[in-house]
Amino acid sequence: MEVIAFSILSTIVLISALCVILARNPVHSVLFLILAFFTSSGLLVLIGAEFLAMLLIVVYVGAVAVLFLFVVMMLDIDFAELKKQFLDYAPFGALVAFVFLAEIAIVAGTMGMERSASFDASPNAETNVEAIGQVMYTDYLLLFQISGVVLLIAMIGAIVLTLRHRPGVKRQSVEKQTGRTREEAIELKDVRPGQGI
Amino acid sequence: MAQFLSWTDNPILLVLLSLGQILLITVVLLLAIAFLLYFDRKVLAGTMLRKGPNVVGPFGLLQSFADFGKFVLKEMIVPAGANKSVFLIAPILSTTLSLICWAVVPIAPGWVVSDLNVGVLYLLAMSSLGVYGVIMAGWASNSKYPFLGGLRSAAQMVSYEVSIGFVLVTVILLAGSMNLATIVEAQTGGFWNWYAFKLPTIIVMFPMMVIFFISALAETNRPPFDLPEAESELVAGYQVEYSGTPFLLIYLGEQIAITLMCAMTSILFLGGWHSPVGDLGLFDENTLAGFLGTGTLESLIGALWFALKITFVFFMFAFVRALVPRYRYDQLMRLGWKIFLPTSLVAVLIIAGYVVFTNSAGA
Repeated sequence: MEVIAFSILSTIVLISALCVILARNPVHSVLFLILAFFTSSGLLVLIGAEFLAMLLIVVYVGAVAVLFLFVVMMLDIDFAELKKQFLDYAPFGALVAFVFLAEIAIVAGTMGMERSASFDASPNAETNVEAIGQVMYTDYLLLFQISGVVLLIAMIGAIVLTLRHRPGVKRQSVEKQTGRTREEAIELKDVRPGQGI
Repeated sequence: MAQFLSWTDNPILLVLLSLGQILLITVVLLLAIAFLLYFDRKVLAGTMLRKGPNVVGPFGLLQSFADFGKFVLKEMIVPAGANKSVFLIAPILSTTLSLICWAVVPIAPGWVVSDLNVGVLYLLAMSSLGVYGVIMAGWASNSKYPFLGGLRSAAQMVSYEVSIGFVLVTVILLAGSMNLATIVEAQTGGFWNWYAFKLPTIIVMFPMMVIFFISALAETNRPPFDLPEAESELVAGYQVEYSGTPFLLIYLGEQIAITLMCAMTSILFLGGWHSPVGDLGLFDENTLAGFLGTGTLESLIGALWFALKITFVFFMFAFVRALVPRYRYDQLMRLGWKIFLPTSLVAVLIIAGYVVFTNSAGA
């Protein structure tokens, strides 16, 4: 059963990963990327790491990829223009491809080596939520906190970059609005004909 | 339903059994939704002093089935400029995603298709995927209004997911588990043991239920947060170009998601399958229930209570739709990010402190 599920899932991951770079339409690329994310979380479920699988979906598919899609959908892409620039990017692309290929070759070279320890999704605990929590808040506490601070800095940076106080913009003040009384909002005037106020 | 699986080890039989369970829950769910839709329209009509659907079948009870027939038989139109594959995948995706959420919903003791240990996270993950149906529908239609609707919906659903996540964390902290069945078990007893009303956490948890309910409205694009389909500005938002069966699927996916949110509210805060008055001793060996077989009858009554609670929350959904005017988009964002997010964050702190100091996780 597991072998069948693994082969199906990994085939889908590989094909959709290929389609990410082969698809002509960038939105299709992102959609294939999402499919790849989703299927790899299926692979994580298969090895018993269901917590990581769910996190992968919530964080990457549910939030990060939505923003990707958002940005890509808003882009106005001119395909002819893209093709013209193809040669400009070719050397850089070749460099990246070479580094990637080398890395994959190194990984493939270690495949025959013996693993030092057998894999266990939830050691010393009932569920792998507990297992992750136990190491994350004890052994790796400092790293965990540091990554939290890094995220905080990124968040503040994004806010600082985009926050602009423009003068002359009418804003709604909820307190003012709900704090209005009849006395200050309405004034009755007795207007005489022919005179105005 | 996991208890039925113990009598066989044959993998083919197991697969067939799972398929049977999935089919059963889907059919029952879709039938229930047909009547919930009718109920929704009747509530709306009642508030507006109209009669509502009353022609098809007795009291108009079969209205939803007539609508179903109409949608299926109508011509399906794919706009010439649309991205055809994505356009057709979007409604299928939205229906499928909201249906597979029901795999982890415990209906009665032991009656669940998949008893996941990370059930709450699974639900969060699948409902966060629901946004793709809307974005894809909006983009693939290749038209202004659907696109605007899709963008609005994406921002809205991502925003409210954050506060839903924090509300879920408070319940997880109290129950000490992410398993939905365990969360329901932890609320055994009368309504004074349900998380929404349990002392002393009621001070925090009741407002959390309200936040969850309102966020659920926003997450499922229901009024007063139905900006993605605001008909006065966007015609019908991301559904403008859909017709026939694809439209039916989009509509169905939305309704299933709404029912799921009702089910989640009753599981997390209203004690799931437990009766509000606690165990009356009906299921002891020597009463009638003992004679009929304790487990099955208890499960049936539990399922009935669960259905009643879902109907109650659904009534609230319908009532809100009838009574509250639509929000403006900046108000919607303000409510999500400036009010719900800080409130639920503080609630997580308080509940975590309470659980640590009273050492009551899982109690």
